[in-house]
Amino acid sequence: MLRARAVLSSRTLSRSYATASPPHALVFLEHRQGVLDSGSLSALTAAEQLGGKVTGLVVGASDHVQGVVEKAKKLKGLTSVLHSTSAQYTELLPETVSPLLEKLLSDNLFTHVVSSTSSFAKSLLPRVAAKLDAPAISDVTSVEHDSSSNSTTFTRPIYAGNAIATVRAPSSIPIKFFTVRSTAFAAAPSQDSAEADASSLEPVEVTDSPIQHISTTLTKSDRPDLGVASRVVSGGRALKNAETFASTLYPLADALGAAVGASRAAVDAGYADNSLQVGQTGKVVAPELYMAVGISGAIQHLAGMKDSKLIVAINKDPDAPIFQVADLGLVADLFEAVPELVQKIKP
Amino acid sequence: MRPSPVRLLNILVPVKRAVDYAVKIRVNPQQTGFDLNVKHSMNPFDEIAVEEAIRIRERLKDAVKSIKAVTIGPPKALDTLRTALAMGADSSIHVEIPESAPSPEPLAVAKTLQEIIKRQKDGVDLVILGKQSIDDDLGMTGQMLAGLLGWPQATFASKVDIDVAKKEAVVTREIDGGGEEIRCRLPLIVTTDLRLNEPRYASLPNIMKAKKKPVEKFSPGDLGIDYTPRFETLKVAEPPQRVGGGKVQDVDELVAKLKEAGITAA
Repeated sequence: MLRARAVLSSRTLSRSYATASPPHALVFLEHRQGVLDSGSLSALTAAEQLGGKVTGLVVGASDHVQGVVEKAKKLKGLTSVLHSTSAQYTELLPETVSPLLEKLLSDNLFTHVVSSTSSFAKSLLPRVAAKLDAPAISDVTSVEHDSSSNSTTFTRPIYAGNAIATVRAPSSIPIKFFTVRSTAFAAAPSQDSAEADASSLEPVEVTDSPIQHISTTLTKSDRPDLGVASRVVSGGRALKNAETFASTLYPLADALGAAVGASRAAVDAGYADNSLQVGQTGKVVAPELYMAVGISGAIQHLAGMKDSKLIVAINKDPDAPIFQVADLGLVADLFEAVPELVQKIKP
Repeated sequence: MRPSPVRLLNILVPVKRAVDYAVKIRVNPQQTGFDLNVKHSMNPFDEIAVEEAIRIRERLKDAVKSIKAVTIGPPKALDTLRTALAMGADSSIHVEIPESAPSPEPLAVAKTLQEIIKRQKDGVDLVILGKQSIDDDLGMTGQMLAGLLGWPQATFASKVDIDVAKKEAVVTREIDGGGEEIRCRLPLIVTTDLRLNEPRYASLPNIMKAKKKPVEKFSPGDLGIDYTPRFETLKVAEPPQRVGGGKVQDVDELVAKLKEAGITAA
């Protein structure tokens, strides 16, 4: 009798699986001062791979959102765009944006919530997920959705990229929250033929917010953005100080049209800004060319760059671990080799 | 008793026992897990969290009433708590899970912390967590806890200034491309970035003293939290190995090889 009931209930369960609705992903589209974030374009590509509808969400102050929405409408893979503006969204804070997402997600329209692994999304998504009693997963490098079982399988690096975990979010997780490692997915292109529906969403005003934005200080640079640059020149502790870091690396970066990165040691010693740190706990990059100058190649640093296409290392120490992953290694004093390289690489 | 115009701060610091950051982890041949017979230590970001709690006390003196460390982990996680106590925490809580149990997911950890906070007679004003653990690299527990409690959150903090009288904190955060400063009302969740501070080493006398500091024990059942993972780990695998391409003799050869690969001046 008991067993019969168990069989019966498992049958109804599998039937409900079969009639599961197709995936509908909500992608959080980030922008800075009206410019769509390229990481969000990769998140869109990942969302599209789920095989269902994809809705983009743009949140911000009114002066930027309209322009972003116009660009978002042209993005390949986007079915519709929701946008919400409020003075409260001028500086995005998780405390003021999460109520909007909670409200939007409470209707059960969406099966997945996707974003890039940006510093804001990393702050926002887990907060929203917890309120909806949903677990979340971060920095995924592949996505596969099985509509018949309503489960989604992800891969993601763990232990500083020294292992790849394959993880399944089963149907028991009602909304699947994940952030996307942007270097693992191509950016969704714009196409003129595309025209996603756009509709506005009432902001959820938070009265008496427990948090206030005071100021933002962005590191200004004419060089390409580290996260998306096709070439990166990175320096480590061997650069000695901030002045020699700049005077040695910047000419090389400029000659190659590359972004500048740094190891943790270089950042901690104050040679370069925090936001330039490449590694497990900094930026993860995968450019065409990664040039590691005076970087020994600790596990934590390799975690942030070992998916680069071509790795070049310049280091005095022939036994530095960086040479084990470098495609081209030069054992030399960087203070001699780098200027020479700048000279010879120029046409 | 000294009269106090404001309530004194109670700080909670969750810590995790993780594989030591210098160990290169090995996937087992069955591809189901890791060889965990390796050195473990406190998650580096949590050391920064403990250090910050102690520095807040050093700055604010008697305004900090208690620093309590908490961990969820196997029996051996007690060592991690002892380290936190030796660094300067006053007392600790150990939610003990079986040796063989998988490491709880961030949402379950956040629910545990929520429950523990609820049980603190004097309340909790500040929770300082690491921004991520270096094993699962998820980086979510602090934000989830803030969500569950409805408290403000200051993630990736590189500077924390607390004004006890006003019951608020000004926090500098590391964000993509630079930094951000925010003002938050207490009670508050802070997650630590690397640049917040340089953790101290525990001195031998303090290690001895830590052995006498209280450790309150709970089982998951006591707190009513279910640690069954909601994600299924199907497999863990070694990442594709990169093979170094060998060395070049001099800069000329490097330039030639770069040109071959299509890399020229921009």
